Amino acid sequence: MFRKLILSESLSSQNEMTLLTRCALALVISILTIGLSAALILSPKAEPVLAIEALDKLALSGVENPVTAVLLNFRSYDTLLEIAVLLIVAVTMSTPSNKQMNQSAADTSRWLSVNDAQFVHPILTALLRWLIPLGILLSGYLLWTGAYLPGGAFQAGAVLTGVGVALAVAGRHHFTWHLFIARFVLTVGLIAFVAMAAGNALATGIVLQYPIEHAGLIILLVELAATISIAAILLMLFTQITALPNTSERLKP
Amino acid sequence: MVIIVSIELWMDVLLAVSTVLLAGLTLAARNVFTAIVLYVCLGLLVTIIWVRLNAWDVAIAEAAIGAGLTGALLLMAWRRLNHPVIVPSKDAKDVS
Repeated sequence: MFRKLILSESLSSQNEMTLLTRCALALVISILTIGLSAALILSPKAEPVLAIEALDKLALSGVENPVTAVLLNFRSYDTLLEIAVLLIVAVTMSTPSNKQMNQSAADTSRWLSVNDAQFVHPILTALLRWLIPLGILLSGYLLWTGAYLPGGAFQAGAVLTGVGVALAVAGRHHFTWHLFIARFVLTVGLIAFVAMAAGNALATGIVLQYPIEHAGLIILLVELAATISIAAILLMLFTQITALPNTSERLKP
Repeated sequence: MVIIVSIELWMDVLLAVSTVLLAGLTLAARNVFTAIVLYVCLGLLVTIIWVRLNAWDVAIAEAAIGAGLTGALLLMAWRRLNHPVIVPSKDAKDVS
Protein backbone atom coordinates (compact mmCIF):
# COMPACT_ATOMS: atom_id res chain seq x y z
CA MET A 1 0.00 0.00 0.00
CA PHE A 2 2.71 2.45 0.93
CA ARG A 3 5.26 3.71 -1.54
CA LYS A 4 8.80 2.54 -1.10
CA LEU A 5 10.94 5.54 -0.24
CA ILE A 6 13.49 6.24 -2.95
CA LEU A 7 15.95 8.98 -2.11
CA SER A 8 17.45 9.32 -5.56
CA GLU A 9 15.92 11.34 -8.34
CA SER A 10 14.55 8.46 -10.41
CA LEU A 11 11.14 8.85 -11.98
CA SER A 12 10.20 5.20 -12.08
CA SER A 13 6.50 4.47 -11.92
CA GLN A 14 6.77 1.01 -10.38
CA ASN A 15 6.08 2.37 -6.90
CA GLU A 16 2.85 4.13 -7.86
CA MET A 17 -0.26 3.11 -5.93
CA THR A 18 -3.24 1.62 -7.68
CA LEU A 19 -6.17 3.83 -8.69
CA LEU A 20 -8.43 2.25 -6.07
CA THR A 21 -5.99 2.96 -3.24
CA ARG A 22 -5.62 6.56 -4.37
CA CYS A 23 -9.37 7.12 -4.51
CA ALA A 24 -9.83 5.56 -1.06
CA LEU A 25 -7.04 7.75 0.36
CA ALA A 26 -8.52 10.88 -1.23
CA LEU A 27 -11.90 10.03 0.30
CA VAL A 28 -10.47 9.46 3.78
CA ILE A 29 -8.40 12.67 3.64
CA SER A 30 -11.39 14.71 2.40
CA ILE A 31 -13.63 13.41 5.21
CA LEU A 32 -10.92 14.18 7.79
CA THR A 33 -10.36 17.69 6.42
CA ILE A 34 -14.06 18.53 6.35
CA GLY A 35 -14.58 17.07 9.82
CA LEU A 36 -11.68 18.97 11.35
CA SER A 37 -12.72 22.24 9.66
CA ALA A 38 -16.29 21.79 10.90
CA ALA A 39 -15.05 21.07 14.43
CA LEU A 40 -12.95 24.22 14.34
CA ILE A 41 -15.78 26.40 13.06
CA LEU A 42 -18.52 24.96 15.30
CA SER A 43 -16.56 24.92 18.57
CA PRO A 44 -16.95 28.00 20.82
CA LYS A 45 -14.12 30.51 20.83
CA ALA A 46 -11.61 29.68 23.55
CA GLU A 47 -10.75 32.34 26.11
CA PRO A 48 -7.00 33.01 26.47
CA VAL A 49 -7.03 32.35 30.23
CA LEU A 50 -3.38 31.36 30.52
CA ALA A 51 -2.16 34.31 28.44
CA ILE A 52 -3.93 36.79 30.74
CA GLU A 53 -2.52 35.10 33.81
CA ALA A 54 1.01 35.13 32.34
CA LEU A 55 0.75 38.84 31.51
CA ASP A 56 -0.46 39.54 35.07
CA LYS A 57 2.59 37.83 36.57
CA LEU A 58 5.06 39.40 34.10
CA ALA A 59 6.58 41.64 36.79
CA LEU A 60 7.61 38.56 38.79
CA SER A 61 9.56 36.96 35.93
CA GLY A 62 12.57 39.29 35.71
CA VAL A 63 12.09 40.01 31.98
CA GLU A 64 9.71 42.23 30.05
CA ASN A 65 9.08 40.07 26.98
CA PRO A 66 6.12 37.78 27.76
CA VAL A 67 7.37 35.02 25.42
CA THR A 68 10.77 34.88 27.15
CA ALA A 69 9.03 35.01 30.54
CA VAL A 70 6.94 31.94 29.67
CA LEU A 71 9.76 29.99 28.01
CA LEU A 72 12.52 30.65 30.54
CA ASN A 73 10.61 31.19 33.77
CA PHE A 74 6.97 30.08 33.96
CA ARG A 75 7.40 27.01 31.76
CA SER A 76 11.16 26.49 31.90
CA TYR A 77 10.66 22.70 32.01
CA ASP A 78 9.70 22.93 28.34
CA THR A 79 12.90 24.70 27.37
CA LEU A 80 15.02 22.39 29.54
CA LEU A 81 13.57 19.33 27.82
CA GLU A 82 13.89 20.94 24.37
CA ILE A 83 17.61 21.43 24.92
CA ALA A 84 17.88 17.82 26.12
CA VAL A 85 16.11 16.64 22.94
CA LEU A 86 18.54 18.67 20.81
CA LEU A 87 21.44 17.03 22.65
CA ILE A 88 20.00 13.59 21.84
CA VAL A 89 19.95 14.64 18.17
CA ALA A 90 23.62 15.59 18.44
CA VAL A 91 24.48 12.22 20.01
CA THR A 92 22.62 10.41 17.23
CA MET A 93 24.46 12.36 14.54
CA SER A 94 27.95 11.82 15.93
CA THR A 95 29.93 9.39 13.81
CA PRO A 96 32.93 7.32 14.92
CA SER A 97 35.88 9.64 15.13
CA ASN A 98 38.48 7.49 13.36
CA LYS A 99 36.38 7.25 10.18
CA GLN A 100 36.24 11.01 10.00
CA MET A 101 39.98 11.28 10.48
CA ASN A 102 40.65 9.06 7.48
CA GLN A 103 38.33 10.99 5.21
CA SER A 104 39.82 14.39 5.70
CA ALA A 105 43.27 15.82 5.42
CA ALA A 106 42.41 18.51 7.91
CA ASP A 107 44.01 18.78 11.31
CA THR A 108 41.65 16.95 13.68
CA SER A 109 43.39 17.89 16.90
CA ARG A 110 41.59 21.24 16.89
CA TRP A 111 37.87 21.97 16.94
CA LEU A 112 38.01 24.38 14.01
CA SER A 113 40.85 23.84 11.59
CA VAL A 114 41.78 25.19 8.16
CA ASN A 115 42.27 22.55 5.46
CA ASP A 116 43.78 22.89 2.02
CA ALA A 117 40.71 22.08 -0.02
CA GLN A 118 41.13 22.34 -3.77
CA PHE A 119 38.11 24.48 -4.48
CA VAL A 120 37.42 27.63 -2.58
CA HIS A 121 34.61 30.07 -3.25
CA PRO A 122 36.43 33.40 -3.62
CA ILE A 123 33.31 35.56 -3.30
CA LEU A 124 32.00 33.71 -0.26
CA THR A 125 35.42 33.79 1.38
CA ALA A 126 35.64 37.56 0.91
CA LEU A 127 32.07 38.02 2.11
CA LEU A 128 32.74 35.95 5.23
CA ARG A 129 35.02 38.69 6.60
CA TRP A 130 31.91 40.85 6.88
CA LEU A 131 29.32 38.15 7.51
CA ILE A 132 30.97 36.48 10.50
CA PRO A 133 31.35 39.56 12.75
CA LEU A 134 27.92 40.79 11.64
CA GLY A 135 26.33 37.41 12.40
CA ILE A 136 27.94 37.16 15.84
CA LEU A 137 26.86 40.72 16.63
CA LEU A 138 23.29 40.04 15.46
CA SER A 139 23.19 36.84 17.51
CA GLY A 140 24.34 38.65 20.63
CA TYR A 141 21.79 41.40 20.01
CA LEU A 142 18.95 38.88 19.61
CA LEU A 143 20.01 37.19 22.85
CA TRP A 144 20.23 40.45 24.81
CA THR A 145 17.04 41.93 23.41
CA GLY A 146 15.11 38.74 24.24
CA ALA A 147 14.42 40.19 27.69
CA TYR A 148 12.51 43.17 26.28
CA LEU A 149 11.59 42.52 22.63
CA PRO A 150 11.10 39.45 20.42
CA GLY A 151 14.25 37.36 20.34
CA GLY A 152 15.94 34.81 22.56
CA ALA A 153 18.12 31.74 22.75
CA PHE A 154 16.70 29.79 19.81
CA GLN A 155 16.73 32.74 17.42
CA ALA A 156 20.24 33.79 18.48
CA GLY A 157 21.46 30.20 18.21
CA ALA A 158 20.01 29.84 14.71
CA VAL A 159 21.74 33.03 13.53
CA LEU A 160 25.03 31.83 15.05
CA THR A 161 24.57 28.51 13.22
CA GLY A 162 24.13 30.46 9.99
CA VAL A 163 27.59 31.93 10.53
CA GLY A 164 29.06 28.46 11.00
CA VAL A 165 27.21 27.08 7.98
CA ALA A 166 28.57 29.87 5.77
CA LEU A 167 32.06 29.05 7.08
CA ALA A 168 31.61 25.34 6.37
CA VAL A 169 30.14 25.93 2.89
CA ALA A 170 33.12 28.13 1.89
CA GLY A 171 35.18 24.93 2.10
CA ARG A 172 38.34 26.04 3.85
CA HIS A 173 37.32 25.25 7.41
CA HIS A 174 36.72 21.90 9.01
CA PHE A 175 34.92 21.18 12.29
CA THR A 176 35.95 18.22 14.42
CA TRP A 177 33.28 17.14 16.86
CA HIS A 178 34.86 14.34 18.91
CA LEU A 179 37.18 16.63 20.89
CA PHE A 180 36.54 17.46 24.52
CA ILE A 181 36.07 21.18 23.83
CA ALA A 182 33.52 20.43 21.09
CA ARG A 183 31.60 18.09 23.39
CA PHE A 184 31.66 20.71 26.12
CA VAL A 185 30.23 23.33 23.75
CA LEU A 186 27.50 20.86 22.68
CA THR A 187 26.44 20.16 26.27
CA VAL A 188 27.06 23.48 28.04
CA GLY A 189 23.42 24.57 27.59
CA LEU A 190 22.03 21.52 29.36
CA ILE A 191 24.78 21.61 32.00
CA ALA A 192 24.03 25.26 32.81
CA PHE A 193 20.28 24.65 32.88
CA VAL A 194 20.50 21.61 35.18
CA ALA A 195 23.09 23.32 37.42
CA MET A 196 20.81 26.34 37.72
CA ALA A 197 17.84 24.09 38.56
CA ALA A 198 19.90 22.26 41.21
CA GLY A 199 21.13 25.54 42.66
CA ASN A 200 17.57 26.82 42.86
CA ALA A 201 16.42 23.62 44.51
CA LEU A 202 19.07 24.09 47.22
CA ALA A 203 18.47 27.82 47.66
CA THR A 204 14.69 28.18 47.41
CA GLY A 205 13.46 24.60 47.76
CA ILE A 206 11.63 24.64 44.41
CA VAL A 207 13.49 23.30 41.38
CA LEU A 208 12.85 25.91 38.70
CA GLN A 209 11.59 28.92 40.65
CA TYR A 210 14.10 31.75 40.52
CA PRO A 211 14.45 34.38 43.25
CA ILE A 212 12.82 37.53 41.84
CA GLU A 213 15.79 39.87 42.42
CA HIS A 214 18.18 37.66 40.39
CA ALA A 215 15.70 36.25 37.84
CA GLY A 216 16.80 38.52 34.97
CA LEU A 217 20.48 37.65 35.37
CA ILE A 218 19.80 33.91 35.76
CA ILE A 219 17.65 33.89 32.62
CA LEU A 220 20.33 35.75 30.63
CA LEU A 221 23.10 33.33 31.72
CA VAL A 222 21.03 30.23 30.99
CA GLU A 223 20.03 31.67 27.61
CA LEU A 224 23.67 32.43 26.79
CA ALA A 225 24.69 28.83 27.47
CA ALA A 226 21.64 27.53 25.60
CA THR A 227 22.44 29.75 22.59
CA ILE A 228 25.97 28.34 22.34
CA SER A 229 24.73 24.74 22.60
CA ILE A 230 21.87 25.21 20.14
CA ALA A 231 24.21 26.82 17.60
CA ALA A 232 26.80 24.05 18.05
CA ILE A 233 24.24 21.22 17.75
CA LEU A 234 22.60 22.66 14.61
CA LEU A 235 26.01 23.30 13.05
CA MET A 236 27.06 19.74 13.91
CA LEU A 237 23.94 18.45 12.12
CA PHE A 238 24.97 20.39 9.02
CA THR A 239 28.64 19.40 8.98
CA GLN A 240 28.00 15.75 9.84
CA ILE A 241 25.90 15.29 6.68
CA THR A 242 29.03 15.92 4.63
CA ALA A 243 31.00 13.53 6.84
CA LEU A 244 28.56 10.63 6.46
CA PRO A 245 29.54 7.79 4.12
CA ASN A 246 28.15 8.15 0.62
CA THR A 247 24.86 6.33 0.21
CA SER A 248 23.81 7.28 -3.32
CA GLU A 249 25.27 4.12 -4.89
CA ARG A 250 23.44 1.87 -2.47
CA LEU A 251 20.11 3.61 -2.86
CA LYS A 252 20.04 3.78 -6.64
CA PRO A 253 17.97 0.95 -8.13
CA MET B 1 -22.98 47.94 -4.42
CA VAL B 2 -19.67 48.87 -2.88
CA ILE B 3 -17.93 46.24 -0.86
CA ILE B 4 -15.59 47.87 1.61
CA VAL B 5 -12.87 45.41 2.42
CA SER B 6 -9.67 46.43 4.10
CA ILE B 7 -6.35 45.78 2.39
CA GLU B 8 -5.27 43.73 5.42
CA LEU B 9 -8.03 41.21 4.77
CA TRP B 10 -6.97 40.86 1.14
CA MET B 11 -3.39 40.33 2.26
CA ASP B 12 -4.51 37.62 4.67
CA VAL B 13 -6.65 35.86 2.07
CA LEU B 14 -3.78 36.00 -0.42
CA LEU B 15 -1.35 34.62 2.18
CA ALA B 16 -3.68 31.79 3.21
CA VAL B 17 -4.45 30.74 -0.36
CA SER B 18 -0.85 30.89 -1.54
CA THR B 19 0.41 28.96 1.50
CA VAL B 20 -1.96 26.06 0.84
CA LEU B 21 -1.13 26.23 -2.87
CA LEU B 22 2.61 26.23 -2.21
CA ALA B 23 2.29 23.34 0.25
CA GLY B 24 0.46 21.34 -2.41
CA LEU B 25 3.10 22.18 -5.02
CA THR B 26 5.87 21.15 -2.61
CA LEU B 27 4.25 17.76 -2.06
CA ALA B 28 3.50 17.23 -5.73
CA ALA B 29 6.94 18.20 -7.06
CA ARG B 30 8.60 15.26 -8.84
CA ASN B 31 12.06 16.81 -8.73
CA VAL B 32 13.73 16.80 -5.31
CA PHE B 33 15.50 20.12 -5.91
CA THR B 34 12.25 21.84 -6.92
CA ALA B 35 10.60 20.47 -3.80
CA ILE B 36 13.38 21.87 -1.58
CA VAL B 37 13.18 25.34 -3.16
CA LEU B 38 9.38 25.34 -2.84
CA TYR B 39 9.72 24.25 0.80
CA VAL B 40 12.02 27.21 1.56
CA CYS B 41 9.51 29.55 -0.15
CA LEU B 42 6.77 28.01 1.99
CA GLY B 43 8.84 28.70 5.11
CA LEU B 44 9.18 32.37 4.14
CA LEU B 45 5.43 32.68 3.52
CA VAL B 46 4.71 31.10 6.92
CA THR B 47 7.11 33.67 8.41
CA ILE B 48 4.97 36.48 6.97
CA ILE B 49 1.86 34.80 8.42
CA TRP B 50 3.47 34.74 11.89
CA VAL B 51 4.26 38.45 11.49
CA ARG B 52 0.61 39.09 10.56
CA LEU B 53 -0.40 37.21 13.72
CA ASN B 54 1.90 39.53 15.72
CA ALA B 55 4.06 36.58 16.84
CA TRP B 56 7.46 38.10 16.12
CA ASP B 57 9.37 35.54 18.19
CA VAL B 58 7.97 32.68 16.15
CA ALA B 59 8.51 34.63 12.93
CA ILE B 60 12.24 35.10 13.62
CA ALA B 61 12.61 31.43 14.58
CA GLU B 62 10.68 30.27 11.50
CA ALA B 63 12.75 32.44 9.16
CA ALA B 64 16.07 31.35 10.68
CA ILE B 65 15.39 27.67 11.40
CA GLY B 66 12.39 26.74 9.25
CA ALA B 67 13.39 28.43 6.02
CA GLY B 68 17.13 29.05 6.34
CA LEU B 69 18.73 26.18 8.24
CA THR B 70 16.33 23.42 7.17
CA GLY B 71 16.70 24.58 3.58
CA ALA B 72 20.48 24.48 3.86
CA LEU B 73 20.34 21.02 5.47
CA LEU B 74 18.02 19.68 2.77
CA LEU B 75 20.14 21.18 -0.02
CA MET B 76 23.29 19.65 1.48
CA ALA B 77 21.55 16.26 1.76
CA TRP B 78 20.36 16.61 -1.85
CA ARG B 79 23.92 17.31 -2.98
CA ARG B 80 25.18 14.26 -1.11
CA LEU B 81 22.55 12.08 -2.77
CA ASN B 82 23.58 13.14 -6.26
CA HIS B 83 27.32 13.56 -6.06
CA PRO B 84 30.08 11.35 -4.67
CA VAL B 85 32.13 12.49 -1.71
CA ILE B 86 34.68 15.16 -2.47
CA VAL B 87 37.59 14.38 -0.24
CA PRO B 88 39.92 17.31 0.23
CA SER B 89 43.31 15.63 0.07
CA LYS B 90 46.87 16.56 -0.72
CA ASP B 91 46.91 14.44 -3.92
CA ALA B 92 43.94 16.27 -5.37
CA LYS B 93 45.70 19.58 -4.79
CA ASP B 94 48.70 18.48 -6.89
CA VAL B 95 46.45 17.49 -9.81
CA SER B 96 44.72 20.84 -9.88
